Amino acid sequence: MAILKTEHLTYRYSPGTPFEKAAVSDVNLEIEEGAFVGVIGHTGSGKSTLIQHFNGLLRPSSGHVYLDGQDIWADKKKIRSVRFQVGLVFQYPEYQLFEETVFKDIAFGPTNMGMTPDEVKRAVEEAMEFVGLSASLAQKSPFDLSGGQKRRVAIAGVMAMRPRVLILDEPTAGLDPKGRDRILKQIRAFHDQTKTTVLLVSHSMEDIADYAEKALVMNHAKLFAYDTVESVFSRSKELEELGLSVPQITRVFHKLRADGMPVRENVYTIPYAIKDLMRQLPKKGGVPHDS
Amino acid sequence: MIRDFTFGQFFPGNSILHRLDPRTKLLWTIAYIVQLFVCDAWISYLVPFLYLVLVIWISKISWVIVLRGVKPVLPLIVFTSVLNMFFVTGTPIVSIGFFHPTYEGLALAVRLTLRIVLLIMGTSMLTYTTSPIALTDGMEQLLRPLEKLRFPVHEMSMIMSIALRFIPTLVEETDKIMSAQKARGADMESGSVIERGKAMIPLLIPLFVSAFRRAEELAEAMECRCYRGGEGRTKLRQLCYTLLDAWTLLSAVVAFGLVIGCNVLF
Repeated sequence: MAILKTEHLTYRYSPGTPFEKAAVSDVNLEIEEGAFVGVIGHTGSGKSTLIQHFNGLLRPSSGHVYLDGQDIWADKKKIRSVRFQVGLVFQYPEYQLFEETVFKDIAFGPTNMGMTPDEVKRAVEEAMEFVGLSASLAQKSPFDLSGGQKRRVAIAGVMAMRPRVLILDEPTAGLDPKGRDRILKQIRAFHDQTKTTVLLVSHSMEDIADYAEKALVMNHAKLFAYDTVESVFSRSKELEELGLSVPQITRVFHKLRADGMPVRENVYTIPYAIKDLMRQLPKKGGVPHDS
Repeated sequence: MIRDFTFGQFFPGNSILHRLDPRTKLLWTIAYIVQLFVCDAWISYLVPFLYLVLVIWISKISWVIVLRGVKPVLPLIVFTSVLNMFFVTGTPIVSIGFFHPTYEGLALAVRLTLRIVLLIMGTSMLTYTTSPIALTDGMEQLLRPLEKLRFPVHEMSMIMSIALRFIPTLVEETDKIMSAQKARGADMESGSVIERGKAMIPLLIPLFVSAFRRAEELAEAMECRCYRGGEGRTKLRQLCYTLLDAWTLLSAVVAFGLVIGCNVLF
């Protein structure tokens, strides 16, 4: 059953001024409950605008957005409850921190939801654990933390609301490789443990290949593809025409095949690549090198 | 939304108005404002009105945008108009209990509304057709004589241009933080005045933090490029008056004369 669905979703910025522009145009889409979806598209392709429709921050110029089959704009007063069910982490979310302590900041969402203090406490502790923040940080000021820690506090702030869909807009932008892997692993673990539907916007094809099950590709305000990661990346020629690419390892394997190596065509992740290469190597019992 | 706020925005274009020297436009705006306040006879309001219509037509900026600029001050206009109608003494139109709306009050209210609307539409034509950089450049040039009195003209105009430059950035930032807090269930649109005030904290604190961060970054970047004030600084684009500027200013003088003429005759 699709948890999120859009029908002819269109959004125009600044209607009636010279700046009018369709940011999202006629998008039809169904996202299954429990999926881990990678959202790709170059800057200005409408990704960020699209995801802001899923939790009702933007209202479609035309078309509909459904959550559990219910049009989220059917009753304007219920839009707040939609926002609690579909959590959205913006780009550079650390700039939204404002409370005196980490605990209070993460508790902002759950408190707004009307959880009791006990529930709030549990939700905050759980969220801090998911993003790997030690309990000793709870009473510190969020402004004293490092950049990576701030980012994780902000993500925890949305996770603590226990949303059914978690959307993250480039959660790894500006982080070092270690911090990036760490956050992505935590998001993946959160997805696996809570069965939350996750939408992850990323510019890194490697990250999408490593973590996502499905890929959603936006191009010039239109939905270009929504399919499994394998079938999206198998259209590498078209993706390159859009100014996007496929994971580096995929390109390496394409080249190897072109050079006549009998490797597989659809290789997207390093572990899989290693497995495939090992298959090519002589089996045990081959002639060892002279040492 | 905040994005739809058009007052003070710049709409790039290539009309005669866009090409005028910013100094001319500044002087024109001042002349227009004075003209508006000199208006006394009812018919004299026709002069700034028709003048404005002409200017908007020349600028090729859509009427919708110009009218939308007035929207934010509508509550103010309504409020003062109502006050005027009821509290100015004179011949009452009707008497209902305590309320005695008067003809004099009504006249004053209409006059005030005319003035505010024409004022806002007229002055916004300046910013609609002049880029912020050109605007501060023009201001700096016009205020140059004050340098003799040791007034820091360059510094003032630099502060102005930086402030103007950061308005859209901060608006965008406000929009973003507001969305982020709304996504966490912040409710900024309902509740009592105190509740709403409290609801602004999650917006204002991140906004201040980021404004300070930006200021620091900008100061550092300016220092890296050896900025040291206006002394000896040259300009890529020199301002120079053309015949067009002369005609514009002449038209302002003529309009002024017309207003005074109307006042004397009627």
